[in-house]
Amino acid sequence: MSMQSQPASAKSGRRSFFKGAFAVVITGIAALVPSLAAFFVLTDPLRRAGESISSVRVTSLEALPNDGVPRKFPVLAPRTDAWNKYADAPIGAVYLRRTGERSVEALNVVCPHAGCFVDFSGERGQFICPCHNSSFKVDGSRAALTSPAARGLDSLEVEVRADGSVWVRFENFEAGRAEKIPVA
Amino acid sequence: MKGALDWLDQRTGFRQLVEDLFFANIPGGSRWRYATGTAVIFCIFIQFVTGVALWLSYSPSTQTAWESVNYLQNHVAGGWMLRGLHHYTAQILPVVLALHLMQVVIGGAYKAPREVNFWFTLLLIQVVLFMALTGYQLPWDQKGFWATKVAMNILGIVPVIGQKLQTILIGGPDYGQLTLTRFFGIHAGILPGTLIALLIIHAYLFRRHGFKGAQSSRKPDAPFWPDQALRNAVVCLAIAATLSFLIVRHRLFGTSGPLGAELGAPADPSEPYSAARPEWYFLFLYQFLKYFPAQMEIMGAIIIPGIVMTIIFLMPFIGRSPSGHRFNIGFLACVFVCAGLLASIAFSGDAHNSSYQAAVKAARLEAERVKQLADSPTGVPAGGAITLLRNDPFTQGPKLFAKNCASCHRYNGHDGLGNFVKDPQHASDLADFGSRAWLAGLLDPECVSSTNYFGATKLRDGKMPKFVKTKVAHYMPEQKAQLQKVIAAVSAEAQLKSQALSDAHDAADIVEGRALFRDAIGCADCHQLREPDENATAPDLTGWGSREWLVKFLNNPAHPNFYGDHNDHMPAFGEKQILTSQSIGLIADWLRGDWYEPAKP
Repeated sequence: MSMQSQPASAKSGRRSFFKGAFAVVITGIAALVPSLAAFFVLTDPLRRAGESISSVRVTSLEALPNDGVPRKFPVLAPRTDAWNKYADAPIGAVYLRRTGERSVEALNVVCPHAGCFVDFSGERGQFICPCHNSSFKVDGSRAALTSPAARGLDSLEVEVRADGSVWVRFENFEAGRAEKIPVA
Repeated sequence: MKGALDWLDQRTGFRQLVEDLFFANIPGGSRWRYATGTAVIFCIFIQFVTGVALWLSYSPSTQTAWESVNYLQNHVAGGWMLRGLHHYTAQILPVVLALHLMQVVIGGAYKAPREVNFWFTLLLIQVVLFMALTGYQLPWDQKGFWATKVAMNILGIVPVIGQKLQTILIGGPDYGQLTLTRFFGIHAGILPGTLIALLIIHAYLFRRHGFKGAQSSRKPDAPFWPDQALRNAVVCLAIAATLSFLIVRHRLFGTSGPLGAELGAPADPSEPYSAARPEWYFLFLYQFLKYFPAQMEIMGAIIIPGIVMTIIFLMPFIGRSPSGHRFNIGFLACVFVCAGLLASIAFSGDAHNSSYQAAVKAARLEAERVKQLADSPTGVPAGGAITLLRNDPFTQGPKLFAKNCASCHRYNGHDGLGNFVKDPQHASDLADFGSRAWLAGLLDPECVSSTNYFGATKLRDGKMPKFVKTKVAHYMPEQKAQLQKVIAAVSAEAQLKSQALSDAHDAADIVEGRALFRDAIGCADCHQLREPDENATAPDLTGWGSREWLVKFLNNPAHPNFYGDHNDHMPAFGEKQILTSQSIGLIADWLRGDWYEPAKP
């Protein structure tokens, strides 16, 4: 098509402006149909309420000698992962440390810096993150001010029941922040 | 023929296209360094061909991702080559892109009127890097799982939208099924689509402006065909040769390493992975992050890289003056040198970090083990390969022993995993437990009171050491021979795999040994062996060292059938719910050396 022979209607002011405007709006609406459907599906995880957190049994007191050394335990709990339901899926791990006859401290093993699992070094008596070298004291507080982690290891609610079993309310918290914000 | 081509040309204009493509003028003639663009295109071509073939072999779910990749790698002819090509092309693509960028900047090809095309190159680089990141995770092995988790957490620190973006990308608060479907869709759909669009625009703009060429050259101009085309073809062949070499290099040199790309053990969210590192071309960022104290990592992860990227984007404007052009070259060189320096600091740091090296070694062993188990007659269960390692005595036994037993016991003097234990040894060394050698040590007057047997327990002064030291110590040769038969008889109760042959060979001795146990040697004064005795005061040796016996013993060693009131510090692991019955079974199997062994080739 040559450029000289533009249709007359394209030049005639207001009417063609409205036609053009309608063309844009109508195309936009048509394009919205698939786009909105895609948008809603992709952002669905944002609108889902997190799973309710309840305490799970992790171990018993007998497994925790009173020597002040933290010991690592996997946390198995019911989990719904999209279309799968698990009765006891590994959802994380905790360090447990006996602090008294019937008292236990629980720390999430996830480094609050970037989410690696920290290791307890018996030699140094500290938790060391193998990724970016954050270090934490045995109680979970940061060992060095230069540590890349913005807060200490996340302590978790722990309960020692009458039968000597140790129950932990397991939660993960947002990495890289000074405050403990639960991951929804 | 000519008529048909004319017909086609009238409708498509392909002759003009061929003319433009092959006979484009190169000012100053062909050069090797102009081949970088073709090298990028060739790498992307490899990624598309191998990527589509991988796609047709891959199943993105937490129960099937690792499994389908393992199947491809180890059970499909040429699967290792396909994976290897895709993996190593992703490894060299950043180098090729960096060379291309350097060539464009040094040659001044980013300046007017090619600014927009330069920006498309930069966008292309970012798309490629994001593809590398998403692709890293798809095999769903420990390495990809943990390394990308760190990257996602770093994304989460972006103000306001970071956490939301993270949740959308991984499909929920934590890694799971939707993480794989989304990463796969991004890696195989969204990003390649974007890449094609960018390449088409890039090619269109390139055609529009033509070759930049050298500014001052003594050589005459030349068309692309055939000089430059030949150089480009040689470069492509060199890339293909390099890739093939990288894929088979461990076989060539006989070094330990995978054929093609590595595949770690299946991702396990409760199993830490201390060997997590990003791919080498992200190592500089990884190292950079270490220098930023708490709350400042946004500087290292986002703001400073963002500033660097912005300066590179602005290069066409900075480069309008000759000094600006020199600044651009210097700046880019500086960025590459700094990145290289940071990466080499990370490399040498890891090379001297013994705990990292140990973690890498452990990860390799687990990867090798899970491959053996997947190849075993049982194979990969429908629920996924993750249970293979979790239910494997060879893998879990040492870990469980180190955590639950090694504070008192030892295994060949170590904690089961090969580590030295600081605490003093309180109880027996359980390496070879159940074997004739172990029993012979127990019945040796020199050994019974050593810490490897009863030496550090309250049973030290019990009847058994007394029997060994007062009776066995003075045995005549004939009695010693009888004792050997008793040892064979009791050890046969354990039904150890390692002793199956000698147990069968000495069947007659074993029968005789059982009688000697009762009569001549007098073991039956305290113990029972296959004949119930209500007055027995020492552990029941019926089935001693067998799986069933060990499981019951670990459940409660203070049971009347075992140590009863004489039990020292040994906890009732089962009854007190310190260990699950599954863990107890794994320890028992491991102590007895009962795990799957692949047939020797």
